Amino acid sequence: MIEAVGICKQFGDNMVLKDINCVFEKGKTNLIIGQSGSGKTVLMKCLVGLFEVDSGKVLYDNRNFSSMNTNQRKKIRQEIGMLFQMGALFDMMNVQENVMFPLNMFTDKTEEEKLDRVNFVLKRVNLENSNALMPSELSGGMRKRVAIARAISMNPQYLFCDEPNSGLDPQTAGVIDILIQEITREYDITTIVNTHDMNSVLSIGDQVNFIYKGQLWWQGTKDEILETTNTELNDFVFGTELTSRLKTRRS
Amino acid sequence: MYKFVHTVGQYVLLMRRVFTRPQRGKIFWNHLFDEFQHLGLESLGIVAIISTFMGAVVAIQTAFNIDSPLISMSMVGFTTAQSVILEFSPTVISLILAGKVGSRIASEIGTMRVTEQIDALEIMGVNSANYLIFPKVVACLLINPVLIVISIWLGVLGGWIAMEASGLVTTTDYLYGIRIDFDPYIVFYALIKTVFFAYIIATVAGYYGYVTEGGALEVGQASTKAVVYSSILIILFNLILTQILLT
Repeated sequence: MIEAVGICKQFGDNMVLKDINCVFEKGKTNLIIGQSGSGKTVLMKCLVGLFEVDSGKVLYDNRNFSSMNTNQRKKIRQEIGMLFQMGALFDMMNVQENVMFPLNMFTDKTEEEKLDRVNFVLKRVNLENSNALMPSELSGGMRKRVAIARAISMNPQYLFCDEPNSGLDPQTAGVIDILIQEITREYDITTIVNTHDMNSVLSIGDQVNFIYKGQLWWQGTKDEILETTNTELNDFVFGTELTSRLKTRRS
Repeated sequence: MYKFVHTVGQYVLLMRRVFTRPQRGKIFWNHLFDEFQHLGLESLGIVAIISTFMGAVVAIQTAFNIDSPLISMSMVGFTTAQSVILEFSPTVISLILAGKVGSRIASEIGTMRVTEQIDALEIMGVNSANYLIFPKVVACLLINPVLIVISIWLGVLGGWIAMEASGLVTTTDYLYGIRIDFDPYIVFYALIKTVFFAYIIATVAGYYGYVTEGGALEVGQASTKAVVYSSILIILFNLILTQILLT
């Protein structure tokens, strides 16, 4: 479980996050949604420590991450897996080396054990026999799957996904969504997904947190989101032709 | 002024993170050997070409300027060797390396920054500054002196080839000139300068790459800044070190 307690973050005069309080539960796919520029990426970066919070704290299973020093944070970070928007695969390494990187860096496993683990996680994301491919040879969907494989190679307790569907066609995006949800339930981990893709929200949103102008505006589940009377959330959710039709059909 | 102080402060803080013990020795050594290849061996061609031609031109110019019968033609060998060892190889070749190696380091690290690869390292708990910059600094500190020694040899050789081909100076005179009043201290001076310049090239380029923000355009700008500022610092430290070591 991850808790954000009174998080505030400011860049110059711009207050990007204002007193964010929320709980991201274990075994659930917790979504952070909001318009571009609403502060959801900043919130995620605060949660993983890429940005320091100005006030408030982040708790990882009651461990205060915000007050930890660099060495203490390193230990927590080995329990974190993160899927970046563009995959963030290391260009100079092939798929196997990318997935094996955290194992090389933080474990004392033998080469054989590491290779077994790499093959296992690659199989889990349906990418068997692609060990020798370079990132430049992969499609967008494959890059995301390799990034997921790398993120779960260390058996993380916490999985962060920053806009996992960006740049993907709807079908591939659906595959990535389902994969994230399956992994969350299979390994019973705390997953936080940052997205503005309504298909993701409606398919995997166990817990949805809507950020509006830097504030936590609404919380609920994927089912509750369609019934809400919150004006700002409705504008966001039903702002497209597709979701508007969905609302009409439901009503 | 504020920008200058901010940049220097940011550079010092980054270097504090760079100069720490690598998290995994084996990974560091593998990385270091890769850097020897990328930063050293891949620069050998351009260093060889420039050094040989530079030595040849210095020798021809010197021979052309000696028109007094009172000055021995062996001075061509002397002047070529002194010029190449004292200035041309350590400084000019370091400036060339600032362009080639510096832009490579800045663009490589800058691209990793804008494609979130550095964030990925940080999230994993890797000290990204140490992991990415430290092997490059060590590689430059070790390989640049080797490149400069090769450059000195080729510069002197280039001068000899030019004199032989043109018939302006005999081999005996040229070789005698190289040995006249030869002080090994000038080689030491050249290598000391090279080590300082190697440090400047690797750390300044590493810094500009690491602090890149934005996209492809900013990576290009970081690469340009790395070359410009490391070249300026090389020229500045050339003067300072020459004052300290030769006076």
